[in-house]
Amino acid sequence: MLEGILIGLQTALSLQNLLVVIGGCLIGTFIGMLPGLGPMSIIAIMIPVAITMGDPSAALILLAGVYYGAIFGGSTSSILLNAPGVAGTVASSFDGYPMARSGKAGKALTIAAISSFAGGTIGAILLVIFAPMLSSVALLFHSAEYFALMIVGLSAIAAFAGPGQVIKALLMTVLGLIMATVGEGALFNLPRFTMGIMDLQSGFGFITLAMAMFALPEAVFLVLKPKNLGDDGGEIKDLRITGAEARAIAPVIGRQSVQGFFIGVLPGAGATIASFLGYAVERNIAPKAEQAEFGKGSVKGLAAPETANNAACTGSFVPLLTLGIPGSGTTAILLGALIALNVTPGPRLMVDEPQIFWAVIMSMFIGNLVLLILNLPLIPYIAKLLAIPRNYLIPFILFFTLMGAYIGQNNATELLILVGFGICGIALKFANYPLPPLLIGFILGGMMEDNFSRSMQLYGGVRFIWERPMTLVLLLIAVALIVLPILQAQRARRVAERAEKN
Amino acid sequence: MTLDRWIALILLGVCLAYGYTAWFMMDATLAPFMRRNPIWPSTFPKVLSVLGILASLAILLGLEKGEQTVGDIDHRKLGQYFYGQALLLLGLMVVYALCLRPVGFMISTASFLVIGGVILGERKWYIMVPVALIATFAVWYLVEEVLGIFLRPWPLALVN
Repeated sequence: MLEGILIGLQTALSLQNLLVVIGGCLIGTFIGMLPGLGPMSIIAIMIPVAITMGDPSAALILLAGVYYGAIFGGSTSSILLNAPGVAGTVASSFDGYPMARSGKAGKALTIAAISSFAGGTIGAILLVIFAPMLSSVALLFHSAEYFALMIVGLSAIAAFAGPGQVIKALLMTVLGLIMATVGEGALFNLPRFTMGIMDLQSGFGFITLAMAMFALPEAVFLVLKPKNLGDDGGEIKDLRITGAEARAIAPVIGRQSVQGFFIGVLPGAGATIASFLGYAVERNIAPKAEQAEFGKGSVKGLAAPETANNAACTGSFVPLLTLGIPGSGTTAILLGALIALNVTPGPRLMVDEPQIFWAVIMSMFIGNLVLLILNLPLIPYIAKLLAIPRNYLIPFILFFTLMGAYIGQNNATELLILVGFGICGIALKFANYPLPPLLIGFILGGMMEDNFSRSMQLYGGVRFIWERPMTLVLLLIAVALIVLPILQAQRARRVAERAEKN
Repeated sequence: MTLDRWIALILLGVCLAYGYTAWFMMDATLAPFMRRNPIWPSTFPKVLSVLGILASLAILLGLEKGEQTVGDIDHRKLGQYFYGQALLLLGLMVVYALCLRPVGFMISTASFLVIGGVILGERKWYIMVPVALIATFAVWYLVEEVLGIFLRPWPLALVN
């Protein structure tokens, strides 16, 4: 492991990669601050740039830097404007925005920066410890287990969608899988479901789909709900944290780094759940007097979600790097980028290409440090970007969405597909359908079918389900993940109805 | 019927069409030697079509009831949304897609940025036009010269 860490350090500390990580963090922070552009959209925009770089280590380091920067940037708009760019930073606005309103915007941003740094760094240390362990377990996995594991991942994503949303998330996942079957599959060399359209021969482009499902609807919603964008940058003063505040947030940061990391490791959980859970846990365990402060500008209430979401983002790299399974929409986009760069993430990555594996982990440390050093002095200036009038901002967001899809495929038809899917994405969002499962299903679909087909061919049918115990166990877990939340919700409803009658 | 059920109905139609193709049409063109395989190109789609039909029926029939989570949309304020501007912007994107090749990157992009601003109510031409022109040139330079991806800058007629 030590040798791997050294290889990683050597790669990550090369001048080119240092510049790449600094550039990535800066770009991520600036674009992440724009309400409506979350890490997922920004990474999707940056993928064509990363792919053109050619070197997979540099490309991944760039995307990891952009990812961290975007999360920090998202917190900035949550705290200053109460306009969270992404779901993962919503919890940060609960206490961050009241702090900013009471003239402590600078302090709030500093706490956010320090908590993010601590969460990300402790998360990366846990990643160094746990990734190789998980990776060696993962080497025991064959096609059948991979197929079952992907089903577990997709079921977990549906199961964590929230009460009343499980079947919707499931339908979105199936829709993503259906879309992945369009075009010529690697296994059969037969065009499927192309409806005779030549442009569909190679299937739908994943960047187009990512843009259409995330960036485009978010930008259009900015037009639909214009009051969400404020023009006030907020007053920035008093960056310092007092000794008492530091003592109050230190244990919160420690707890939430670990909790956030392990929530991030679970496929489908991700930063949003980690941040909400972190906030809820810290609020529940705080003394009664401090509990009342939560929601009114508590430093603990800001540090908890900020630490947890950064630790969870690092945690979500574990299933991606060791099993090749993305735990969130963002890592799903990263997986797509990796495949485009001819790198297949999974248990073999650490053995076959240790320089990529370790360089990414080392760049997380460097990225977090760079973010802290760059952002603290830049905080007052960064906030100015939020004052760009929406009349300029929105056409630019739409233009970058179009460019992302065009550069990815170099095909003007792709732009029409983008707009078409974008309209579908807007309609789905209006009807409260969760969109990330669709994209995760789409990206995993090809691999899932390949592993399923390979297992079917090896065992001459579906015998692999009961002949390989691990596959059976994983599939049972997947079924339990879907069925249990539905049953639980039904029971809770029945109890509530009974209580109402009495 | 609520919007999510309408969408479930549309998706049910999509899954039925997809399922019909997978179950009844795809296997007809399969080569005889491939029929001996335990897995056919239609196997996975067949499973997906069944899952898709079941899930959309479950939503359509309202089988899963739970507390309605509050999403991004405030359904009580739907009437206050700015639909006209959003539709015009989407239309502008379609026009941009159709014009990008024949008109060239420079003219179509600069026009897109300016017209986009106008649709949103911006009238400060002296800021809007220079910003659009500088951004267009900067992006073209980045994509074509730095990244090496071909983007035709001018209309086809001018080049020939």
